[in-house]
Amino acid sequence: MAEYETHSYDVLVIGAGGAGLRAAIEAANAGVTVGLVCKSLLGKAHTVMAEGGVAAALANTDERDSWQTHFADTMRGGQYLSNWRMVEHHAREAPARVRELEAWGAVFDRTPDGRILQRNFGGHKYPRLAHVGDRTGLEIIRTLQDHVIFQQVEVNMECTVVSLLRDGDRVTGALAYDRERGRFKMYSAGAVVLATGGTGRAYRITSNSWEYTGDGQSLAYNAGAALQDMEFVQFHPTGMVWPPSVRGILVTEGVRGEGGILVNNQGHRFMFDDIPENYRSQTADNEEEGWRYTQGDKNSRRPPELLTRDHVARCIMREVREGRGSPHGGVFLDISWISSKLPDAEAHIKRKLPSMYHQFKQLADIDITKEPMEVGPTTHYAMGGIRVDGDTQMTTVSGLFAAGECAAGLHGANRLGGNSLSDLLVFGKRAGEHAAIFAKQNPAVAAKPEAVDAIVNYALEPFGRNSDNTEGPYQIQHDLQGMMQDNVGIVRREAEMQHALEALAGLRERAASVAVPGNREFNPGWHTALDLANLLTISEAITRSALERKESRGGHFRDDYPAKDEAFAHFNIVVSRGTNGEMNVSRVPLPEIREDLKQIIEEEK
Amino acid sequence: MASETLARDVAGSGARAAARSNQSAGSTARSLTFRIWRGDAAAGHFEDYHTQVSDGMVVLDAVHQIQSESANDLAVRWNCKAGKCGSCSAEINGMPRLMCMTRLNQLDHEKPITVEPMRAFPLMRDLVTDVSSNFRQKKNIRPFTPRPPDAPDGTWRMAQTDVDRVQEFRKCIECFLCQDVCHVLRDHHLHDEFVGPRLLVHAAQLEMHPLDVIDRTGDLKDKHNIGYCNITKCCTKVCPENITITDNAIIPLKERVADKHYDPLHMLLKLFHHKDPGSAES
Repeated sequence: MAEYETHSYDVLVIGAGGAGLRAAIEAANAGVTVGLVCKSLLGKAHTVMAEGGVAAALANTDERDSWQTHFADTMRGGQYLSNWRMVEHHAREAPARVRELEAWGAVFDRTPDGRILQRNFGGHKYPRLAHVGDRTGLEIIRTLQDHVIFQQVEVNMECTVVSLLRDGDRVTGALAYDRERGRFKMYSAGAVVLATGGTGRAYRITSNSWEYTGDGQSLAYNAGAALQDMEFVQFHPTGMVWPPSVRGILVTEGVRGEGGILVNNQGHRFMFDDIPENYRSQTADNEEEGWRYTQGDKNSRRPPELLTRDHVARCIMREVREGRGSPHGGVFLDISWISSKLPDAEAHIKRKLPSMYHQFKQLADIDITKEPMEVGPTTHYAMGGIRVDGDTQMTTVSGLFAAGECAAGLHGANRLGGNSLSDLLVFGKRAGEHAAIFAKQNPAVAAKPEAVDAIVNYALEPFGRNSDNTEGPYQIQHDLQGMMQDNVGIVRREAEMQHALEALAGLRERAASVAVPGNREFNPGWHTALDLANLLTISEAITRSALERKESRGGHFRDDYPAKDEAFAHFNIVVSRGTNGEMNVSRVPLPEIREDLKQIIEEEK
Repeated sequence: MASETLARDVAGSGARAAARSNQSAGSTARSLTFRIWRGDAAAGHFEDYHTQVSDGMVVLDAVHQIQSESANDLAVRWNCKAGKCGSCSAEINGMPRLMCMTRLNQLDHEKPITVEPMRAFPLMRDLVTDVSSNFRQKKNIRPFTPRPPDAPDGTWRMAQTDVDRVQEFRKCIECFLCQDVCHVLRDHHLHDEFVGPRLLVHAAQLEMHPLDVIDRTGDLKDKHNIGYCNITKCCTKVCPENITITDNAIIPLKERVADKHYDPLHMLLKLFHHKDPGSAES
């Protein structure tokens, strides 16, 4: 029989980024016992990378803003595939979630009259992003971290979950190992909240860290929960492209929000060439108007650089493909040009975009106050994820909740910048609240030893294999990332995706025989071997969903079906595990949107 | 006019960018030696690894490459690879730095490049140390406690000029490099008595937060032993976020402690009122 520690909580939260921390705080406030498990040290989760800001209709910077406008902007950005109930909760509750952070010690940048300052971002009609320079994510995660340590929450750092545990149809805990010693830990719980983030490590060029291996999505799928919208992967238009070792690192949209422009190698500002019909009335038609907008002129419309991310990424791809790209296969993003507009441009840029200044100076020898950056698309965010109830964040499996990037529904086909941090706060809170309610009615159940044994044996398999005649995990991960980048990337085609499915089967076989040297103590080879299974599952879900959606919409672009198709506007693509372990794909109709919300969308058009 | 200038700028930048890549292309097939610490709390040694490097690479890239090529089980912490999370702290050629922000072209290539764990913390394995004391100590610093809201809607008003200095401290990414070089921790191992520069920066952002109402000077003096710091400024030198730790955080805190607890007038008043001004909370 396997050796393992046992822990029992009312609510177990897996993941300690913004959503997990916020869920843990809320559950603890409800008076239940809470355990928090995370793969890294506290405060290192990917939330730290969020730069531009958190979207909330505070209406501090522009009093015309309202939850209704935020609602309509988010629905439009998501191409009307979002769960409207979640979009409504999000727009209504985000302001309170941001103000609450201030009460917990966050220090946002200020308006002249001392309130929280807001900035412009793509797809948001009014300046809506509360921010701290370009390190808003750090401010949020630190605030939540410093708050959670004074709540009744037991934090288990550097601990990875291998499998969820079930009792009948209900999820009742998780089996994990601590990374330091490789000891197994059995967590039993009344309710489990998944807040594990995204899936970016399935691709070669990504802004995501090693943690983003689709753990939550995969754990939920294996426990019987449905995934939805997996075809919608956000490729952020501006990642670094040079030097090679930094390729993919994010360049905040805040650069464009502060007046940065995109130009090709002929110095042409190409974003004016292609403005989608549904955004035309909101977009500036000349450079001067665009500039005025970024400087807060309320009578101006936004520059085309601030169109939605999916569109900007495709425009950049077009420039590169047609030979107008920069030397390293991107385009130029220029903020230094504002020196012709502002007397103190250099100081202004350093104050507004300190991390960007730092990042380019240190990693690429480029002074962004003096010369343009080279940028290109990078895998950034998963709009899809675990299917949840719009009010409670419960998945399709009883006792299992999900929030943040690993959950689906808020962003539909494309996420607006800034809506991710607010997503974490709004739905982290909701998940924590409802998980606590569920746990009060459903006490924790200890797993059966045989079930735990089976998982432990599975996790230890890579050590038992002979490393002389099998390969290590890194090569397989590398091949998977390259394969997904090439076949299920920004521009997709039927034949390539069919090939991807075959390639995935081959990779799965290789992964099943992977061997790792050494022992269980802080062994990244072992960790990577176990993460591989999750990456393979979500890669297959992305590929199958992308094959099923035979149109182009939001983050999903099909070269063989380049137009949006009305027939596909009425359902989500849902993936779930069949009785024989096969992956089933189905089309689930979108619920009819409430009449008053429909009206808001009409009025805000 | 503007677009003409821009076209010229862009052409110039394109040429510079191309020159940079030519430079790197010319030197891609270089092999470097990395001397990496392997071992655990019980025993350890330096081991040499050779790997191909190209310009633009950072130390973390080389460590990852070695990990995937020849040392699958090499233990290393990292997350963002962009200097924002503070996970990959190590000592590179003896200097405490973030591996993700240390370009190889800043280092001497004639000798092996040494990479070893932070020495002020107990070793777990290879490059990974036990930094849990920092998390434990933070709980001993009393949390943010704001004054009642300024406006009926529950919000506060703060001027940007009043939050500037707090925002400097809040840039901290908790890489703990400042703790690594602090001699009180590194040489004297007083992790349980002295909170160290990172947590003094944390205390400073709370003390100087315009909304916070708690006085932590008594704790700083007696529990966190701010007096142990003799302002050698090593912490400031290694901060990857360029926070002026000593001058802006620690010295002002020391002054507050001195004002509250060593000022003769205060001490006299205390004698008469039998009340510790340090414990006055509103």
